[in-house]
Amino acid sequence: MPAVSKGDGMRGLAVFISDIRNCKSKEAEIKRINKELANIRSKFKGDKALDGYSKKKYVCKLLFIFLLGHDIDFGHMEAVNLLSSNKYTEKQIGYLFISVLVNSNSELIRLINNAIKNDLSSRNPTFMCLALHCIANVGSREMAEAFAGEIPRILVAGDTMDSVKQSAALCLLRLYKTSPDLVLMGEWTSRVVHLLNDQHMGVVTAAISLITCLSQKNPDEFKTCVSLAVSRLSRIVSSASTDLQDYTYYFVPAPWLSCKLLRLLQCYPPPEDGAVKGRLVECLETILNKAQEPPKSKKVQHSNAKNAILFEAISLIIHYDSEPNLLVRACNQLGQFLQHRETNLRYLALESMCTLASSEFSHEAVKTHIETVINALKTERDVSVRQRAADLLYAMCDRSNAKQIVAEMLSYLETADYSIREEMVLKVAILAEKYAVDYSWYVDTILNLIRIAGDYVSEEVWYRVIQIVINRDDVQGYAAKTVFEALQAPACHENMVKVGGYILGEFGNLIAGDPRSSPLVQFNLLHSKFHLCSVPTRALLLSAYIKFINLFPETKSTIQEVLRSDSQIRNSDVELQQRAVEYLKLSSIASTDVLATVLEEMPPFPERESSILAKLKKKKGPGAVSVNELEEGKREGGELNGGGERGDNSAIAASNAVRDTNKYEKHCFEIFISALQLKSWGSGFATPGCPCMFVCLTHTHTLLSLALRFVCKNNGVLFENQLLQIGIKSEYRQNLGRMYLFYGNKTSVQFITFTTTLNVQSKPVEPLIEGGAQVQQVINIECLTDFSDAPLLNIKFRYGGALQNLTLKLPVTINKFFQPTEMASHDFFQRWKQLSLPQQEAQKIFKANHAMDTEVLKAKLLGLGMALLENVDPNPENFVCAGVIQTKAQQVGSLLRLEPNAQAQMYRLTVRSSKDTVSKRLCELLAEQF
Amino acid sequence: VLSLTVQPRCKIIRFILIQNRAGKTRLAKWYMQFDDDEKQKLIEEVHAVVTVRDAKHTNFVEFRNFKIIYRRYAGLYFCICVDVTDNNLAYLEAIHNFVEVLNEYFHNVCELDLVFNFYKVYTVVDEMFLAGEIRETSQTKVLKQLLMLQSLE
Repeated sequence: MPAVSKGDGMRGLAVFISDIRNCKSKEAEIKRINKELANIRSKFKGDKALDGYSKKKYVCKLLFIFLLGHDIDFGHMEAVNLLSSNKYTEKQIGYLFISVLVNSNSELIRLINNAIKNDLSSRNPTFMCLALHCIANVGSREMAEAFAGEIPRILVAGDTMDSVKQSAALCLLRLYKTSPDLVLMGEWTSRVVHLLNDQHMGVVTAAISLITCLSQKNPDEFKTCVSLAVSRLSRIVSSASTDLQDYTYYFVPAPWLSCKLLRLLQCYPPPEDGAVKGRLVECLETILNKAQEPPKSKKVQHSNAKNAILFEAISLIIHYDSEPNLLVRACNQLGQFLQHRETNLRYLALESMCTLASSEFSHEAVKTHIETVINALKTERDVSVRQRAADLLYAMCDRSNAKQIVAEMLSYLETADYSIREEMVLKVAILAEKYAVDYSWYVDTILNLIRIAGDYVSEEVWYRVIQIVINRDDVQGYAAKTVFEALQAPACHENMVKVGGYILGEFGNLIAGDPRSSPLVQFNLLHSKFHLCSVPTRALLLSAYIKFINLFPETKSTIQEVLRSDSQIRNSDVELQQRAVEYLKLSSIASTDVLATVLEEMPPFPERESSILAKLKKKKGPGAVSVNELEEGKREGGELNGGGERGDNSAIAASNAVRDTNKYEKHCFEIFISALQLKSWGSGFATPGCPCMFVCLTHTHTLLSLALRFVCKNNGVLFENQLLQIGIKSEYRQNLGRMYLFYGNKTSVQFITFTTTLNVQSKPVEPLIEGGAQVQQVINIECLTDFSDAPLLNIKFRYGGALQNLTLKLPVTINKFFQPTEMASHDFFQRWKQLSLPQQEAQKIFKANHAMDTEVLKAKLLGLGMALLENVDPNPENFVCAGVIQTKAQQVGSLLRLEPNAQAQMYRLTVRSSKDTVSKRLCELLAEQF
Repeated sequence: VLSLTVQPRCKIIRFILIQNRAGKTRLAKWYMQFDDDEKQKLIEEVHAVVTVRDAKHTNFVEFRNFKIIYRRYAGLYFCICVDVTDNNLAYLEAIHNFVEVLNEYFHNVCELDLVFNFYKVYTVVDEMFLAGEIRETSQTKVLKQLLMLQSLE
């Protein structure tokens, strides 16, 4: 039996390791390490040439020190020297050091590649393997450039040893992953596929990983692998448990190879050739049969290996989704596992059944296990198993069992782990909507959801219930009655108050006939919650109150009283104050007709995909919700929503849905504003000294820094104070831009002699802005050459008697004239190298001002106008972008690289452009953004 | 959130870790590029995730967008990080197969063997796993090869 003693071969190393282990403190360890480093350094620098053994020993010690977590900044050269040794042990330590401590020192890479080249052509299989393992471990582009042509030759050559073939296949796989453009299989394809027939099972095991990866990218070129894989699988499956000798693991023949073969087949549709297909179905049946046979060993290794194959076979059956008989048998097998004493098997069965549930052939069979799954949700000890049970319940839900499943999920929610509550809430909300036959059940379910897990009910969920209630008049009365009852609870979740406020504001009249829910009772109930709520909810309640005034004239005086109170009309929050003031004014001035028009019931929302489903998809990532489910969702959802057209792009649909609900609010305001402009109202509102305006008047503002907020976006509010709001919308194409400025008078008093001057030319703006009105100004922009300073905009007007003077920087920055440029990794780095003059680069290292959220960063970089390049930077955390700035005088190509360091909360930003001023300016602009 | 994706469809082992209960790393084998800080962070996270689980729990645990397949042997945790759609049981047994090879090679392996012979452990790993894939599964073949290498000078 092979056995090794402690550190045999290198006594000095063993002593050093022992010393380190005996250190009583971190300080002692560092001291010992420093002593050793000094010793090694002096040996390496000494006049006496070191022999191979000593060099190996010291390099190995350095490696050990590195693995302890210390930096190593020397010894690389000695390690490279070891590569050219003729002794295996020396070479091995050299390669190991390189593999673990690789850095991109190009000088060293050239030397390493030289040594690898020598070993690859040495015809010594041990050395060839060492070299191949080094390439596979490092996998750098330089290595791909040097060896991607040579390795396929080694892989298919007739005289290559089996172990070398194994290493060559996986080495090539690694290079293909890092540099697919350099690995050209072309002429080798057929010979590589035929490795599936190789006599040596180890060669097949390694080669099949390569083939699987390649056939995912080029399925047609590799499709002959299907029949070869089937016949190989068939030979393994039908072999007796001892036939494969070395490759039998606990009485299971070649379990890993079988799994890999079944996985390769999942890259393709079912075989077209009847004979091949027949043989494969036979294999799958045999695998299912074996699961029923008594185990050949009681060891868990035996059953795990056997079941590994079984689960892979079931994955293939589900992938084909065309053999009803196999699908149902798979389902029955998984059903047995659901009650198995092994937690692993119960977990995997729940997971696998989840995909079976989406097949029309096995959906019914899956449903028969509902009781077991519900039980798992209630009793499993491991939260990840409960999570799978919840997933499966969601997947098996249909019209027939929706009520039961939703009820079980709701009751589980009361005690569910915090980690999975939000997802559970989304799922309940989706199921309730999707399978609602009667909408009172739907409303009950969502309100229960808010009651039980209010904190986890996201905006999408309560927006959605409102959308549905608005769109379905048969449920409005019930919804009003139910929210009214729910609001009676002494402690109500704020989300309940939101839904309650909205629904009573729209449909409170439907239950007002009952004296127990008369208008005043409704109002008092809502208002009793008001003071405990956050600002957005209070704002919503104020809107509900003005709606009440329209619905129930008898509440007018009570509500006006509330609006008039100091806590509303002088609220320190601008939004609340504005609403209180405006609603109060509206209610006292407008005629009943005008009120009825302005505060009319909300129109139905346009039909589109559920915002909740979109959210769940986003949460789970693309692909988590199967196509089936989406299509089903469409079908069923269409029915629910009266079959309107649905948005295809879920993300857009989601944001629209959110916006639409906000529209309740916006809607009110927009109509309000236009109502204010009605002639008959004009004089009343233009009276100076209106009681609600008590703003302090500032005389001159110089606000130059605000423009920086618009580096990564084109629209928004440029400036706002108590009097004036300036909105901005801009669009850019090539070197041209157009900017719309919207000047909104927030007061009820006219602004007169309103002028704006730009230090460049602009069209004049309307000199008068009515109270509450808005005027627009258009500015056309042409970028002649690159620039650093933005144009200044000076605004002057009279408000009351006082002259207002304001200077703003227009948010025009050089990046607005970017044209995004897509390019591949190779091109990017080539271009990057070309821009290597010191003045072409600008770099800044700065602290993060905002949370370092990848999605936010991406959005900002996209807003910048450059193309955000994926899979270019070897470090997936970094971002690289490319674009060309269009000016009339010239085009300026620019590249950008942003390296976040989450630990230090710092960024390093590097910009390279063909023009130095551009690099510098871009760097300055961007450093303020993150 | 750190992303561990290389290319969407080619699934490989992301890393193999052997840690003791105190969180000391006895082997770390990375199959994709991470910088040193990130490696340290992953090591700590895996330790935190795995050590809190009890014997009745599954040998699989979700980890970021991936999953860790792990098994405990005495005071050592052997962990493999793979894609969520990978075959759990196949990797679980791949761990055991690897442990049996180590056991045979070091003649009743213990934690100290892995410490003193860390450079040989890498050789064992490379024989059985390469480029994030399973390279060789036959214990006989692997041990024969290791014995042959052992005899070389």
